[in-house]
Amino acid sequence: MVDSVGKVVLPGENLTDLLGSDSTFESSAWSRNTTGDRFSDRVKTWFLKFKEPNIYWVDSFQKRYIPQRGDSVIGIITTKAGDVFRVDVGASELATLPYLAFESATKRNRPDVKVGDIVYCKFLVANKDMEPELVCIDGSGKSAGLGVIGRDGGMLLQVPINLVQKVLSPECVLFKTLGKNLKYEVAVGMNGRIWIKCHTVMETIAVANAISVSQHMTNQDIQKMCSQMADSLVGF
Amino acid sequence: MESEISKLRQLSSTLGDLSRPDGDATVSQGDTCVTSAVYGPGEVKVTKELLDKATIDVVYKPKSGLPGCAEKLLERTIRNSCETVILGNLHPRSSISITVQEIQNRGSLLSCCINSTCMALLDSGVSMRYLMAAVSCAINDNGGIIMDPNTLQEQSSVAVLTFVFENCNYGVITVSAKGCYTLDQFQQCLSKCRDASKYVFQFFKDSISKKLSKQ
Repeated sequence: MVDSVGKVVLPGENLTDLLGSDSTFESSAWSRNTTGDRFSDRVKTWFLKFKEPNIYWVDSFQKRYIPQRGDSVIGIITTKAGDVFRVDVGASELATLPYLAFESATKRNRPDVKVGDIVYCKFLVANKDMEPELVCIDGSGKSAGLGVIGRDGGMLLQVPINLVQKVLSPECVLFKTLGKNLKYEVAVGMNGRIWIKCHTVMETIAVANAISVSQHMTNQDIQKMCSQMADSLVGF
Repeated sequence: MESEISKLRQLSSTLGDLSRPDGDATVSQGDTCVTSAVYGPGEVKVTKELLDKATIDVVYKPKSGLPGCAEKLLERTIRNSCETVILGNLHPRSSISITVQEIQNRGSLLSCCINSTCMALLDSGVSMRYLMAAVSCAINDNGGIIMDPNTLQEQSSVAVLTFVFENCNYGVITVSAKGCYTLDQFQQCLSKCRDASKYVFQFFKDSISKKLSKQ
């Protein structure tokens, strides 16, 4: 059982052989149980991973974002339609963002949002049968960092989904190491979009490059790369 | 099975070369080379929208000349195979677009197209029920069966058959046959191609493992 962790599993492979016949399956978003025989269709390709004490999951790599409820994403306002904004989040259809879903917005006090703005928002409704809906407030009506970003500059970068998951995980040292040498502001959307802002354009580009190349790097390599980058920015 | 393996031409592939598609693959079977790119799940025109599953769109582009009826048949065959394999129910009212570009055709074009489409789908992360592997064979004048025929062998043969298998139970997804053959010959070709498909599935697994080992 242990030695199959880290192995690649492909669609159609029978997992009961790998995991042992005494394990029971819980359905996850990516697997299906058929005929009750504890035979699971692997629907995506990917690494089998293990988390104590008894959860196996399949880690996948893809570029396309599929909306999930509760995810924070960066969207671009494309049009206004009646009482809602239509936002492009990189999914298969445009998401809606109501006017009233901003902090202290009322019917008389419209939020100051224009077409082309970048918004950091959260999915309220996201399933395969309904149009996705976003909001820029949390449960208590406060914005909590959500809302329009980037009015005063910055750069929007598109990266694969697995890179976003990597940099947001607690083990990844990228943001901490960058912060030792540079002052920067970053907003990370689960749809693969990252907004970066530093004092100068050169620093912004350097941070963007650092994030892109860290996709295939280990923590040690990331630390080395960040210190090299900091040196070159200063002029060595 | 050793003799079957030696009868298939050399398989090689590269994944993820292109920057714009969500997934792409270039597969070579001997000298026949095909590139496929997958975009999806993405936006779909309202006229083409399906309420309960994804709309799968395949475009085949020949190396030279405008696409004609033969190309449309190829597109249809690839699309029907993909509809069986892709879990379209997870993405209703979306579209999954597949573009297949012929780089070089030296025989067994349909099987190379389907193999490259399957690898591109794997690369893009679209949910699939199982994988598909295509194997072609040709029957020549004296009834002999040639696996993975090249252009000369195809032209001098009596019939050319392509089978597409899935990797759960090695059942048949698609059969495309051209020419005259007996029922016995059909059964023989089916069992030989089924054995050869295991080699193709192993090749898919090795290619993906090689790509993911960099992650």
